[in-house]
Order: sequence, then C-alpha cells, then structure tokens
Amino acid sequence: MEEVKVLGSWPSPYGYRVQWALELKGVEYEYIDEDLFNKSDMLLKYNPVHKKIPVLVRHGKSIAESAVILEYIEETWPQNPLLPKDPYERAMARFWINFVDNKDKAAPIVTFFIGVGEEHKKATEETKELLKILEEQALGEKKYFGGDEIGMVDLAMGWMAYFGVIEEIVDVKILDAESFPRLHAWIQNFRAHPVIKSNLPDHDKLLVSYTQKRQMFLGSTTT
Amino acid sequence: MADEVKLFGMWASPYSRRVELALKLKGIPYEYIEEDLSNKSSLLLKYNPVHQKIPVLVHNGKPIAESLVILEYIDESWRNNPVLPQDPYDRAMARFWAKFIDEKIQPTARNANLAEGKEREQAVEECYQQLKMLDNELKGKSFFGGDTIGYLDIAALVIAFWPPKENMSTMLELAMKPQKLLLPTKYQDDDLHLPPMFDLPHGIFQT
Repeated sequence: MEEVKVLGSWPSPYGYRVQWALELKGVEYEYIDEDLFNKSDMLLKYNPVHKKIPVLVRHGKSIAESAVILEYIEETWPQNPLLPKDPYERAMARFWINFVDNKDKAAPIVTFFIGVGEEHKKATEETKELLKILEEQALGEKKYFGGDEIGMVDLAMGWMAYFGVIEEIVDVKILDAESFPRLHAWIQNFRAHPVIKSNLPDHDKLLVSYTQKRQMFLGSTTT
Repeated sequence: MADEVKLFGMWASPYSRRVELALKLKGIPYEYIEEDLSNKSSLLLKYNPVHQKIPVLVHNGKPIAESLVILEYIDESWRNNPVLPQDPYDRAMARFWAKFIDEKIQPTARNANLAEGKEREQAVEECYQQLKMLDNELKGKSFFGGDTIGYLDIAALVIAFWPPKENMSTMLELAMKPQKLLLPTKYQDDDLHLPPMFDLPHGIFQT
C-alpha cells in the first residue's frame, strides 16, 4: 500500500499541480493543508531548506519544489503519462514549465495583482506580452499544452484557470476570448476536464482569499 | 545519418560550460559557436526567441534552451554514461539541488559580489549557509553523482566560475571554514582524465 502525503496550502496553484498529477494517475494520497503563517513541525521537518509547500512524502522521504515533484510522480507512476515520449518534446515541456516558474518572468503577473497606478499599467502590458508568448509559442494550435491530452505543462499553467478571480478583483480584464482565443479555450477545456473539475478552488472562497491578500499588500482596509 | 549537434555558447558562461561538459562526458561530437552577447547573432535570436540567451543546443536543426533542460535532453538522447541517477528519488534530489544552485546560491553570490558594507556581510553569510547545505549533500562521496561526475556535479560547476574579486575571495575564505567545503576541490581532479576544458578563468581553488 503506497503511503503518499502531500503538504499544500489552499489555494496555491503549486500545491494543486501535485494533487492534479496524482489524481490523473489514480494514486491515493493524504492531503495536509498548511497554514503558512503557522508552519507545522512536519513541514519544517520535510522541507527544511525552503520551508515551503508543496512537499510530497513517500516511504518517509520528502521531495520539495513542484516541478521536481511532478517529474518524480511521472517516473514513479508511469500510467497516464504527463510527459511525451520523444526527448525533444519533453525538452519543450520542461522549457515551458521553467518559463512559467521563472520568478523574473512572472513578476509582471504579481504586479498586475498588487500594483497600482503607472506600475500597474506597465504590469498589465507586460502580462499581456507574457500571455501572447504562451498563446502563440507554448500552446499554439493544440487543445492542451500537452497535445490532445492534459500534460505536465497544463498542470504548470493551472494558475491561469483561476486568473479570472484576480481580474475581477483588480477590475481589469486581459485574458478574454477576443485577445487570447486559444488560451481562453484552453481554460474552458482545462476546467471542464473530469479530474481537474473536481479539484479546483471555489470561486467565492478565492475571491475572499485573494481580496484579503491584495489588501494585505496594499495596506488598506475595506470600506 | 549522422547527428548534427551545435552549441551556441560564450566562453565565460558557466551555463554554457555545463552543456559542454555533458557533451564531452558522453563523447558527443559538436560544433561550438561562440556568441558575442553584445551583438547577438540572428541565428541565436532565431533559435532562442523567448530568452535570447546562451547556451542553446541545436540537434539536427531543433533548438533547446536553458542549460538544465539541455542536460536532461542530452541524457535522454544519448544513453551512454548517464548523468542522472537511475532511482526516481535520487533523480529528484539531483534536480532539487541543481535548482537550489540556480535559484538561491547564484543570486546570493551575485548580491554578495555587488553589495557593500552590512548588506555584503549578510549576503556573504547567507551564501555560506547555502553552500554548507549543498556541501552536506556530498556526504563523504567523491562526487554528488557517487564515484563519477553526475548531473549535480555538472550543475555545481558554476561555483568554480565565481570571479576572484576581493569580496568574493573573502566569501570563499569564509566558505572554507570552519570545516573545509569539499565542493571546490572536486574540479581540480586530474585522475579522471577529464578533457582539458577546466581551464578555469581564475584558478581560484588551485593551491
């Protein structure tokens, strides 16, 4: 009997990636939700280097960093593969996961969420450029980033599936069907996938959570 | 049909050296193209439009960018002398620490190099703690990869490229004590008959 634990923290998309991968492969696991303002001894023990989620624990050994965990899951449970067989296609998948996980590249998205004024305007334009690269070069004509089936890159792009909540909060819409038809279609397909559908954060709860987070950064209170 | 392998690199880039080391360890013939980063070639921009950086490996006309992605590709395409371990958990550890080098150690080292005064002291201390953690992974082995150079050893090569500016040397002194870090000495070994590509720019660790 496999004993797999996943430490995550709702609604982190990095945590969801790991859960989605295990669910897609039909692997049973115990999910433990962490309060990142009050980290458990378990988290500190299993990820002493970064003290972050997600962490996967199996046979008493822990693995941190979602991209590393995804590769481990793929190698340990090869059913319903999340990476293509061809080495070049695999390299492309890893390239895009690396791209979206690059903190410098993703910085505009953060500023889009918590920035104001001129800074926010600039971040909006930069986020659009980022999305354009993803739409045209990463996704292209495919249904999923992984091709006909959901793959590892789709899981890494999962944050986009609930990006709409952020747009609602900052009251700026950029990921619309007219500007990004393929990404928009991808979001619908991804959200509708039977495994993903039952493992998505609730919209209303997200709205509350993200609004709080944003206000924390802005240092303001609701009127 | 013979394989055509080209590598776009830059002589002083440790990331480009990572790829060269992997190719040499596997005995893969390749054409090396030196890029002038202040005047990037149209080929480079064509092969890496997203980042416009080196290294880029072009295998039979198909480009791959990002040194660690390239290492994985090389390991999967040429199966001799594997650089990644076999066991999934060991592979995860190698990948984890390589990421740690690129996302933590390298940026901290850069900060230590550029900062002054109190900020520099803090960055140096932080870097030392990070190096200690990585060093701990050697645990009495000759290399991270065991008896032979592996993926993480190749990734860690970047540490040998830190410029010996005054402040960096100080940091390395700090890194050497109280217990001498094993890391730096690994790149000096002549017994492994490594190709003479370890012409380290500054010979920091040579005694």
